Amino acid sequence: MSDAQAQLEPMPATPVRTMFAVLMGVAMLAGFLVVATFQLTGPMIEENQRLATEAAVLRVIPGAVTQRDFVLGEEVPHLATGAEPARATHVYAGYDAQGALLGIAARGAAQGYAELVHLLYGYVPACQCIRGIKVLKLAETPGLGDKILTDPAFLANFDALDARLKDDGSGLAHPIETVKHGTKSSPWEIDAISGATISSKAVGRALNASADRLLPRVLPHLEVLARISHRGGEMIAPGFRFTRDFLTERNTRLYFRGKNIPCGFKDQARARHPGEKCGLEAGAPSSAEEGSP
Amino acid sequence: VTGRKPADPRITWDTLSEGLWRNNPVFVMLLGMCPVLAVTNSAINALAMGLATTFVLLASGLLVSLIRNHVPRQVRIATYIIIIATFVTMVDYAIQAISLDLYNALGAFIQLIVVNCIILGRAEAFASRHRPLKALVNALGMGAGFTFALLCLGSVRELLGAGSLFGVDLFGPRFEPWVVMILPPGGFIVLGVWLLLFEWLKQRHQVPGKAATAQERT
Repeated sequence: MSDAQAQLEPMPATPVRTMFAVLMGVAMLAGFLVVATFQLTGPMIEENQRLATEAAVLRVIPGAVTQRDFVLGEEVPHLATGAEPARATHVYAGYDAQGALLGIAARGAAQGYAELVHLLYGYVPACQCIRGIKVLKLAETPGLGDKILTDPAFLANFDALDARLKDDGSGLAHPIETVKHGTKSSPWEIDAISGATISSKAVGRALNASADRLLPRVLPHLEVLARISHRGGEMIAPGFRFTRDFLTERNTRLYFRGKNIPCGFKDQARARHPGEKCGLEAGAPSSAEEGSP
Repeated sequence: VTGRKPADPRITWDTLSEGLWRNNPVFVMLLGMCPVLAVTNSAINALAMGLATTFVLLASGLLVSLIRNHVPRQVRIATYIIIIATFVTMVDYAIQAISLDLYNALGAFIQLIVVNCIILGRAEAFASRHRPLKALVNALGMGAGFTFALLCLGSVRELLGAGSLFGVDLFGPRFEPWVVMILPPGGFIVLGVWLLLFEWLKQRHQVPGKAATAQERT
């Protein structure tokens, strides 16, 4: 540095100090602006991602209206607290309006034509099958590979894709496979889109890898997922998710006036009117109309 | 610091309209072709990209113009790049906060605004030589011109390639989309046709007396 300065000093046109000061000043201003934006948008981005995941979970588990986020631990899955390491494996449980467990959703990823195809799939224990997928992120060729998002014939593969486990529960009984367009013969095969075979195969590989690894770990603990939904007081009715604290508070009051207490709010409801029951038994249907927002 | 001669301080109609027509960044200067070809596969992507670029143009133009008398010549490009990268990062976060779907659709092209030559070009050629208000007006014109050009491409490509505009289905289920239009070759084809049209309009404009004969010939 001092050598360079010594060389530069005789040249009058190089204002080293000014250069240094300007670059420092601009860099500090840049750092300040970036950090300020990050702080400002951070919670919104997180909320967006949470909402996107939640909407995807409710979409891939048919009939689900609420969902809870679980983290796969060493032994049993436990509720996510938001403090997990980023690499933790999440399993989402979907429940119907009465809080009964309908199915689980998990993420999978596999290499597509351009980049990794990330997807979420819903597994329904009642039929031991995959009943829905939602591609979360892809960079496939527009018009060709991204047909896996929209092609109705392809998506029909996931109305009931067989994913039963082996008798000893160690893995999938039949590996999920993508086959050439028009040659699907078994319920665990995926009929590829002609012209988007590589992207279709990525979906199959992602499902197979994730289901084969994950389902044996989750299925023995299904009753844990089912139990927590009843015990936890945080079940929120869909639609009230966005500004949950304000809306929960307001709706609890509104519903109470009409005596139609939604089960989602039953903890708050019990706190105010001990002994009341939630749901339709609590009030007449006519009062529900004026009471609901 | 520098020995430039003072520029004309007046703000004229041309300061604004230069970017819209006479020096349209896409159709005349042919700058920033990477986002022009890559993200114009739908009108909404084109609009979002245009607005993001306009914001970066405005913000960086203002800041570059404000500090124009303090930046030594030797480090001016480095300074501009830091400024531009800062605003691009802010846009990047803002789009993620507004809509994740849009963010996923635009992909890496938001970050690539940093190296969009329109922005560095305007910082170097205009903002660093004019006072802030004039730089802002010019950046607004350039941004509008860029957005307009992207929309020209995006709407045609979406219309032909998907049969819709801003996601609204226009032609009904019996329309067979020209998939090639939303693939990369479609970008080149549509850009070429637009360039042809603008060049033709420009030539007609330059020689008003011969307009009639030009029309007859075509």
